[in-house]
Amino acid sequence: MAPSYAVTSGLPCLWSTIPGPKTANPPGAMRLSPSRLCLKIDLYHGLKKEKGGFKLASTIETAYAEEIADRNPESQVNDFSIQVATVNGSGSQSSNTVLMRSIFQMGIPVSGKNLFPSNIAGLPTWFTIRACKHGWIARKKEIDFLVAMNPETAREDVLSLAPDAAVVYEESLKLDQIRNDLIFYPVPFAKLAGEVTKEAKLKRLLANMVYVGVVGRLLSVEIEEVRKAVLKQFKTKVKAAELNISAVEAGWAYAEKNLQKRDRFRLERMNRTAGKIIIDGNSAAAIGCVFGGVTVVCWYPITPSSSLCETMIDYLHRYRSDKETGKATYAVVQAEDELAALGMVIGAGWAGARAMTSTSGPGISLMAEFSGLGYFTEIPAVVFDIQRVGPSTGLPTRTSQGDILSIAFLSHGDTKHILLLPSSVEECYQMAIDAFDLAERFQTPVFVCSDLDLGMNNWMADPFPYPEKPIDRGKVLTAEQLAKLGKFERYRDVDGDAIPYRTLPGTPGGLAAYFTRGSGHNERGQYSERPQDYRNLMDRLARKYETARKWVPAPVVSSNGRASGIGLISYGSSHWAVEESRHQLSVERNIETDYLRLRALPFNEQLRSFVKEHERIYVVEQNRDGQMASLIKLEVGGDTGKIHSILHYDGLPIDARSVTDQLLQQEKGR
Amino acid sequence: MPTLEKDKPKTNRIGLTLADYKGAESTLCNGCGHDAITSQIIRAFYDLGIEPHRVTKVSGIGCSSKTPNYFLNRSHGFNSVHGRMPSVATGVALANRTLLNIGVTGDGDTASIGIGQFVHLIRRNVPLVYVIENNGVYGLTKGQFSATADRGSKSKAGVSNPLPAIDCCQLAIELGCSYVARSFAGDPKQLVALLKGAFVHRGTSLIDVVSPCVTFNNHPDSTKSYDYAKEHEELLHEIGFVPYFEQVTVDYDEGTTQDVRLHDGSHLRLKKLHRDYDPMSRQGAMRLLEETRESGELLTGLIYIDPTSADFTSLLNVVDEPLATLPLEKVRPPKEALNEIMEELR
Ligand SMILES: Cc1ncc(C[n+]2csc(CCOP(=O)(O)OP(=O)(O)O)c2C)c(N)n1
Ligand code: SF4
Ligand SMILES: [Mg+2]
Repeated sequence: MAPSYAVTSGLPCLWSTIPGPKTANPPGAMRLSPSRLCLKIDLYHGLKKEKGGFKLASTIETAYAEEIADRNPESQVNDFSIQVATVNGSGSQSSNTVLMRSIFQMGIPVSGKNLFPSNIAGLPTWFTIRACKHGWIARKKEIDFLVAMNPETAREDVLSLAPDAAVVYEESLKLDQIRNDLIFYPVPFAKLAGEVTKEAKLKRLLANMVYVGVVGRLLSVEIEEVRKAVLKQFKTKVKAAELNISAVEAGWAYAEKNLQKRDRFRLERMNRTAGKIIIDGNSAAAIGCVFGGVTVVCWYPITPSSSLCETMIDYLHRYRSDKETGKATYAVVQAEDELAALGMVIGAGWAGARAMTSTSGPGISLMAEFSGLGYFTEIPAVVFDIQRVGPSTGLPTRTSQGDILSIAFLSHGDTKHILLLPSSVEECYQMAIDAFDLAERFQTPVFVCSDLDLGMNNWMADPFPYPEKPIDRGKVLTAEQLAKLGKFERYRDVDGDAIPYRTLPGTPGGLAAYFTRGSGHNERGQYSERPQDYRNLMDRLARKYETARKWVPAPVVSSNGRASGIGLISYGSSHWAVEESRHQLSVERNIETDYLRLRALPFNEQLRSFVKEHERIYVVEQNRDGQMASLIKLEVGGDTGKIHSILHYDGLPIDARSVTDQLLQQEKGR
Repeated sequence: MPTLEKDKPKTNRIGLTLADYKGAESTLCNGCGHDAITSQIIRAFYDLGIEPHRVTKVSGIGCSSKTPNYFLNRSHGFNSVHGRMPSVATGVALANRTLLNIGVTGDGDTASIGIGQFVHLIRRNVPLVYVIENNGVYGLTKGQFSATADRGSKSKAGVSNPLPAIDCCQLAIELGCSYVARSFAGDPKQLVALLKGAFVHRGTSLIDVVSPCVTFNNHPDSTKSYDYAKEHEELLHEIGFVPYFEQVTVDYDEGTTQDVRLHDGSHLRLKKLHRDYDPMSRQGAMRLLEETRESGELLTGLIYIDPTSADFTSLLNVVDEPLATLPLEKVRPPKEALNEIMEELR
């Protein structure tokens, strides 16, 4: 049975219980349907539908019609973005998390993106919080509310803002002299922090908590929620929590007394986050591994993947000690490099463990030889790639989807791998579990391709469901089964699905043993250079890949049935920008699109028909060369001229406006 | 005609014959040192009556790395990639700590491409019998110098090796290896005893075996030839292995014989020869290897042993049963655990 995707089935959106940004509204959704919105736009802007596509009668620079409709010129409620510019290593992470959590606790959909440098302390870092009542959680390019704590970037940060944005800043920076079309709120952060503590180092950290108080007050965050968020952040460290709460209160009091609210941004309690959790993709994957029955973990530190194994170690420690003996039901090794990490995983997988490793681009390059060995000798392994920007060291702390093509064929010779492509933290969790099942079922390395944006940023999600299915250990013969069969041939296709049976070392009875080799072998595992044996093996491996098409998670297709000829395709973290862009296209331009979100390689039949059914296909992804588009072209063959790319590759997470603009540009050029 | 008792093939304590421990026919060159080592591996397993299904064989790439195919065909074997046997062996050891894991590699496999993995395997004390079939050349790629070739040793074409040799034993001791031995493919008696000791020892047991390559490195100017090794071999001691199940009480003189008790009750009995050497002293071992590096002697025997060392799986406090086959309830925490985690994330 193919793995089921309860989390996302039918609803391609993370907000499965939120009546929100879906082209097809779920039952009970209360908001205006896109069609009605489109109609409005039609009236206002005279969009005309013509044969073969849309003619754009006018340009709209404003955001969604929905926003226009319910925007009160005086205030913009629950729909704006806050950016905090600080210095790396200044403790701003806690403050940012507290602010984000407070908004979340007020029931407002929120997402956070950390743009950090490859540095431990001293370089600029930005944290963006997007509050969006509609539930859009992709990055929003425009910043509405800036908190300028970093003198080095403050000038540039201020210059990049749109008119009417608000700026909270350290008084001494005198930013109000740079522009006169913004709303400025000077705050003596150092002085306020100094009133909470006299310790120099603490003062620096607490200055960041002071901003939470100032911003909280200006945006009408509920102070009780901020207190709760601080307590959550500092858990058992009561002293630290108290100090931080004092800092928040100092900022709050200062703003109350000295800052007159002049901007239009405001937060107001909603009920769209009840029961939800906040988690990053790496932690979600770690939990998936722990509940997926991982037994051997081998890894080598690299940003942005390290936190996956580090978080897993914590959870393993807590939940995977044997009840009777207190001993570990797992083994974790920090390997000497990624080559060894995958070597250990392959060795462990061969001997029957559920083994995994996690890495990023440079590590993937080092894993090439072992990936081919795993493919050719048919050994299960799970490899997470938390993609960052390459080539080479690239931008180690920025996001991309640039490893897809190399992973798809990783290693020399004819090699093809199974890839899983999670888009959400729920899928990071679920696909971690499925990756082990698929790896053991197909006896091959399975690559889970996440990225820095998904892996390291915080996302809202529904709580993860407890796995219902038992784990699938695949075709492993026991001593009893072997005795009944009377013989065993490791690489014979007994069932016609091209998946052979295997045995584990240690199996008694005398029939289990076989020899694994990365050199040519026949069905019995014996060394062979015979042309026919080699071809048989390669053909069977290709057929096994065919079998996998039906087992891997199917794409999620969404269509409102009013196809305009445009089909969008994306995967992974690009999904969120695509969903929002489709909404923009619909309400701003009256362009209806269909959408297929890929969730795995090998592709299945749905991709082929989707491409066939649409006049123009746009593949949206975060790399320069349109890597997935190339794979799709290879897959569908024939008329590939209609497959176009929409690309985003500056290291920042993709945003909806970029997708919309590029699509319109290409549509215009037709 | 019924077979007479005396015509029946001899069996070991678990009723298997020597042939039951053999593998496929060797495809190495006639006279290759590696084949001689294979014979002693077969012999050691047979003598100790080890059940073949409890053994795994792993290797890298090279003529030497082909040999696991030539012994114990009733055991699982894995001929992996060049220089990476140690990582594969580590994975196997973690997945199933009840197995006896033997790794066979070459000097190219270990001392060049794989030296990083070699170093880290030893540092972790991964339970593994690590056999280096050391011929000073890359056999499989036809005779290039390896990193264990002695300085001044000449290739078949007469080129002299300008670089110093890496001594894997010395390196292993430096890294804290708890069983370090050197032997010679032409000395089966010593080799089989060292192998048996290694099978019983807990942790990494390294045996560096000079194993002449008759095709590319057995000429008179080579220091890894049969002739050179025979001429320069100096035994540290005469070594005998007494398994736990065969406690014969022979009298031996405390002054001339050292008895090393291994964890399962077996013994390594070392009869002193010319020098007074204690293989339990790490400093002594380092000093000895330093001396022989200068003298050019081929010192063989048990160079160092710490029979009390704790192996990697014990250090990781892994459960006693194989991780590979733990039942679902041991590897999937209960629903309450997931609920608890979710609660914390709200
Ligand atoms: C990555 C890689 N590089 C190079 C080779 C080619 N190669 C095969 S065996 C070998 C050297 C083997 O030497 P050694 O380990 O000493 O084994 P021997 O044949 O001497 O027993 C080399 C370089 C390879 N298989 N893989
Ligand atoms: S080339 Fe050398 S090492 Fe290889 S099989 Fe022949 S003799 Fe042995
Ligand atoms: Mg060699």
